[in-house]
Amino acid sequence: MRDVAIVAFAQTDHLRRTDELSEVEMLMPVLHEVLDATGLRTSGIDFTCSGSSDYLAGRAFSFTMALDGVGAHPPISESHVEMDGAWALYEAWVKIQTGEADTALVYAYGKSSPGQVRDVLTRQLDPYYTAPLWPDSVALAALQAQALIDAGDTDESALTAIATRSRQAASGNPHAQLSGDVPAGDYLVRPLRTGDCPPIGDGAAAVILAAGDTARALCARPAWIRGIDHRIEAHGLGVRELTESPSTRLAAERAGVFERPVDTAELHAPFSSQEVVLRKALGLGDEVSVNPSGGALAANPLMAAGLIRLGEAAARIHRGESERAVAHATSGPCLQQNLVAVLEGESTHA
Amino acid sequence: MPKEPVAVVGVGQTKHVAARHDVSLAGLVREAAVAALKDAALTWADIDAVVIGKAPDFFEGVMMPELYLADALGAVGKPMLRVHTAGSVGGSTALVAANLVAARVHRTVLTLAFEKQSESNAMWGLSLPIPFQQPLLAGAGGFFAPHVRAYMRRTGAPDTVGSLVAYKDRRNALKNPYAHIHDPDISLEKVQSAPMLWDPIRYSETCPSSDGACAMILTDRAGAERSPQPPAWVHGGAMRSEPTLFAGKDFVSPQAGKDCAADVYRQAGISDPRREIDAVEMYVPFSWYEPMWLENLGFADEGEGWKLTEAGVTELDGDLPVNPSGGVLSTNPIGASGMIRFAEAALQVRGGAGEHQVEGARRALGHAYGGGAQFFSMWLVGAEPPTR
Repeated sequence: MRDVAIVAFAQTDHLRRTDELSEVEMLMPVLHEVLDATGLRTSGIDFTCSGSSDYLAGRAFSFTMALDGVGAHPPISESHVEMDGAWALYEAWVKIQTGEADTALVYAYGKSSPGQVRDVLTRQLDPYYTAPLWPDSVALAALQAQALIDAGDTDESALTAIATRSRQAASGNPHAQLSGDVPAGDYLVRPLRTGDCPPIGDGAAAVILAAGDTARALCARPAWIRGIDHRIEAHGLGVRELTESPSTRLAAERAGVFERPVDTAELHAPFSSQEVVLRKALGLGDEVSVNPSGGALAANPLMAAGLIRLGEAAARIHRGESERAVAHATSGPCLQQNLVAVLEGESTHA
Repeated sequence: MPKEPVAVVGVGQTKHVAARHDVSLAGLVREAAVAALKDAALTWADIDAVVIGKAPDFFEGVMMPELYLADALGAVGKPMLRVHTAGSVGGSTALVAANLVAARVHRTVLTLAFEKQSESNAMWGLSLPIPFQQPLLAGAGGFFAPHVRAYMRRTGAPDTVGSLVAYKDRRNALKNPYAHIHDPDISLEKVQSAPMLWDPIRYSETCPSSDGACAMILTDRAGAERSPQPPAWVHGGAMRSEPTLFAGKDFVSPQAGKDCAADVYRQAGISDPRREIDAVEMYVPFSWYEPMWLENLGFADEGEGWKLTEAGVTELDGDLPVNPSGGVLSTNPIGASGMIRFAEAALQVRGGAGEHQVEGARRALGHAYGGGAQFFSMWLVGAEPPTR
């Protein structure tokens, strides 16, 4: 495998609404920020890949306009996943592994504010048997949370502690939508209180990947991707053990998470209860700094939140605050699909 | 270390029709996947990863359907990627899958694209208005018709060329059991007397709305050695994108299409595509795009594409057959249409295209485009393994 690193990361301030901004306008500043950080221009990028969802934009082919923000002329080598940007990063990593590219620009964006996101996400479900019942994303997460409580894996006060820790950590994150002390709040869907659930918001993020010496030339301390893998589980909640995440576990094994201890974990856990599942799957102990950015409980721009976990983990390595970090992204109801990456600073390179 | 050579060892399609009321979305995709596995003599256990593509989620009304389809495609416990690059998606999806093999991340990958247009209405799906952008309220034909007209004006092509393409593709479709439109009574007069929809595009020169899926099994050199059928080898593949709207855009012959073709030819070592390529599966949703893309892809000089069509060069028995399968004009499950082009190119060089086989085809091009002639994806496949 070629050595590939995240060499730059940028994200917007995540906001409850951005009515005054189009998706392209929301995206442009972060694209410029990562390009400026590396000194690259669009013409110097070998491959570009993005992640987004038409259902959030409310129109077909929504990503076609976002490409305008990249300044894609002369024409560029480019692709798009209708998924979180973390999977766009994976596609770009594969492209670099083929040897056809040395650098890649990855971006993702999502505006949840134009619609009712709890309703919108029901359209992800089995269209014949489940979606017609409109079970919303919070209700499904609550089923999972209750299963965890019933299994003795957590309790409501432990969930509150996760939410409190996340939002306090977000105080150090100028991009976070929610930070500081939050009351546990009223039940949204029992046993989940408002504090256990992510904010609804709009945001975008961008990352630049580079291989080998190119990465070293572009970044003082590149965040090397030592392993990356993703796995999906069955869709039907009735055939899954919701207190476990076998797909996260398998992806982590394949990515090499368990080969050596990690000091940081950026987990895409939009609900406090999901952190419990992921910690178990990844074998994270109390010594690991989990979601120092505040995580998805502090800002959850759909389709970008997973890429942001990779970016936040990389940024800690860039800043010398982490030697070896695990980053995680999820998709689908109750953690159906999961991506895991291991990022390291140069000094720990074997 | 050079890339791993990539081989197509399995191809599967559904019979494409206007409405598959007998299967769910899951049933539809599984049908194509099972056919591809059977062709490759492999089982679900042999598949390391799944790469799926389709055009907008609004066409079926299911957001990110790969989540729901994971079980039907045997993806549980495996990696699954979902590609969406508008109309070019079927091609892009195959290229993303091919890259997984080329990069040696996985050895054997199932790639699949589908559209079940009967679950919804594509015209509506394409026409959701949003503020400050021009709505495509007339669907795709309304967007592309002015560019066809520009091509006619620029090249002086007689207005009969479009009907020749439609007549040819619909006749070719009669030889393809999977094609949607089978009109045994097709005649040139019938094509030419069809109602005008978006001048100069007649009803008979437009693609249908189809339900259908297409799947391929891609594998590495070792996998190819075990293949019971001759594999098709990927000699080159590329994607190029440019914005939909900008002042310098040439809608008749977009730069992204030219650059994409040039990259594929460079990878495959082709210097004269007209002579060195034996068959072309080209994304022609409206008949006039055949002469337009003949120029864009380097098969004819600028302004000369229509002359090849008129001279019969692109007929099934011509010296550069274009769309022997009947093409998008005869079969259009949108998200799958690009992959069908790629798969039909593979069938040609495997010698497995049946009645629409181009005799002695050794190298074939699969081509797809999407957006406002904005996204391009292509691959060139050959009967022999690549030597470079």
